Amino acid sequence: MKIHEYQAKDLLRAAGVPVLAGRVARTPEEAAAAFTALGTPVCAVKAQIHAGGRGKGQVKGSTQRGVELAKTADDAARIAKGLLGNTLVTIQTGPEGQVVRQVFVESGCAIDRELYCAVLVDRRVGSPVLIASTAGGMDIEEVAHNTPELILSEPFDPDRGLAGYQARLLAAKLGLPTASWRHAEAFFRKLCAAFVSLDASLLEINPLVLTKDGALVALDAKMTFDDNSLFRHKDLAALRDEAEEEPAETRASAAGLSYVKLNGTIGCLVNGAGLAMSTMDLVKYHGGEPANFLDVGGGADVKQVTEAFRIILSDPHVKAILVNIFGGIMRCTTIATAIVEASKTVGFTVPLVVRLEGTEVEEGKKILANSGTAIITADGLTDAAKKVVAAASAA
Amino acid sequence: MSILVNRDTRVICQGITGKVGEFHTRGCLDYGTRMVGGVTPGKAGETVVGLPVFNTVAEARDATGANATMIFVPPAFAADAILEAVGAGIELVIAITEGIPVLDMARVMPVVKASKSRLIGPNCPGVITPGQCKIGIMPGYIHTPGHVGVMSRSGTLTYEAVWQLTQLGHGQSTCVGLGGDPLVGSSFIDILTLFQADPDTHAILMMGEIGGSAEEEAAAFVKQHVTKPVAAFIAGRTAPPGKRMGHAGAIISGGKGTAEAKLEALRDAGIEIAESPADMGQALVRAIKRRG
Repeated sequence: MKIHEYQAKDLLRAAGVPVLAGRVARTPEEAAAAFTALGTPVCAVKAQIHAGGRGKGQVKGSTQRGVELAKTADDAARIAKGLLGNTLVTIQTGPEGQVVRQVFVESGCAIDRELYCAVLVDRRVGSPVLIASTAGGMDIEEVAHNTPELILSEPFDPDRGLAGYQARLLAAKLGLPTASWRHAEAFFRKLCAAFVSLDASLLEINPLVLTKDGALVALDAKMTFDDNSLFRHKDLAALRDEAEEEPAETRASAAGLSYVKLNGTIGCLVNGAGLAMSTMDLVKYHGGEPANFLDVGGGADVKQVTEAFRIILSDPHVKAILVNIFGGIMRCTTIATAIVEASKTVGFTVPLVVRLEGTEVEEGKKILANSGTAIITADGLTDAAKKVVAAASAA
Repeated sequence: MSILVNRDTRVICQGITGKVGEFHTRGCLDYGTRMVGGVTPGKAGETVVGLPVFNTVAEARDATGANATMIFVPPAFAADAILEAVGAGIELVIAITEGIPVLDMARVMPVVKASKSRLIGPNCPGVITPGQCKIGIMPGYIHTPGHVGVMSRSGTLTYEAVWQLTQLGHGQSTCVGLGGDPLVGSSFIDILTLFQADPDTHAILMMGEIGGSAEEEAAAFVKQHVTKPVAAFIAGRTAPPGKRMGHAGAIISGGKGTAEAKLEALRDAGIEIAESPADMGQALVRAIKRRG
């Protein structure tokens, strides 16, 4: 689960990590009032969307940037007006962009230099790590690729946390003045503790700022949570902003399905993430474009699978559907029953190609054959992909 | 011969009194696996599908001589179940459970590393040595005894590959599901090491997916240490960056973890590449032919 910058900063502040004062605004008037209330000579007005790259991002059809500085309350209102209700396109949103529904008005600070840090779980090390770099504000992936020596990394045990010496080691390597080491130690250790206590999957501070008076401040904050841990953080559920999510994806997750919307014309319904990805690959290999990734999982029942069909059919771009099931836990009979059910209750408006294999395959095929439902059956992967691509291009 | 499991492996199921645990315990029994008992705290004395239930893994081990466990405990308690199995000295711990918090696994990993236990999974289909022992949720009938070692990060994709192999007349020595989570107990390299050392495994088929760098590391290992023919498939060639494809680990971020980078590393190691998921079995056949 992703949250907004202002929400992440609230959580960081509560965890004792230094952030600047700021207020959320949903209208230009609120932005002006926020500027006045903060009482600093300069404020940043920042679009709040679930995607990075806002500073360089631009509003569709204007020169408005996703983050700009305001020197007066009127400035703040003008920038907010340029953002609110408009679509911001950044390197991470894709060309379609994302609508800005709120802005964060944040106090300015005197910046000495910009750094980078992040906490995440490193698969190779098998533990969380604190990553830091002197290349603040830049695209860190690019830094990692071109100048890996600029990326510093300290693994830590989730329960023991980051040791003081590890924080000082990073402070020294980052070239921070010795007078700031005390600040750095507190900042890094609290950041790592927040990551663990919130069960975050990513906590990125870019830029992390060294102020002119030697303190460290999180100027930006990006926080993502481990969905598997949300059951023990009921309070975090309130931070979810469904307006930022693809409606079909929200609907799918409510039904316990894993769905990702894509831009093609061939709807895919598959069991298992690896097979679902491979099915998309195969569709593309045979000249088609997948409309979605959809993993119904192993334990889905007829109701869930029927809902999966509804979600796929709600996408107006879908011209044909490919069902690819290799039954393990999932039984082919469940899928077959759901197909019959969906054809009755939802109605298939596009051709349906079905490939079944695995647990209870013969019984499943029988259910389909006896139902009279109009389906195109396929034997094997290649046959299925060719048939669905042909069906979609004929439509 | 085979790796990890064979007809002498004595298996318990942690979470045997749950619906899923019971269902798959029966499936394993039907396949011929030597299931010897189960564990659910507070349910000692009951029997499930004819097997005795114990309160703790240690009790189950002492009473049954179990040396492997299959874990179906719900996600919130699964990490603890793994620790219990490791603490009881069970040699092979196979965690099927999907959805374990990643920091729970970060707490488990060092304990497993410091022990003599081997962990497979979590979020995996399990391990099968065809005709001898099935521990997990895979459909047994698609497998045939033979000499191809199969390993994968994905369950149903493994079934697909195994089915293709079986239809091509290539049986399997052992099939290992590594698991789709960011942190798993055994890596491609761990299993490659076992396959390379197993005289009954003559060739290896591996299925990877986008995200992380496990496939690149496996490729480097194959180049240096594996003399047997290897074929590979990478799922997610068409996945767009920044979108998580079901598995917690399957995401391309910032140009890292792309299928292209993985394929390049695999090719460079002399591994035969399956161009599509329908080509996995054939790729293995090509890999064997190429070696003569």
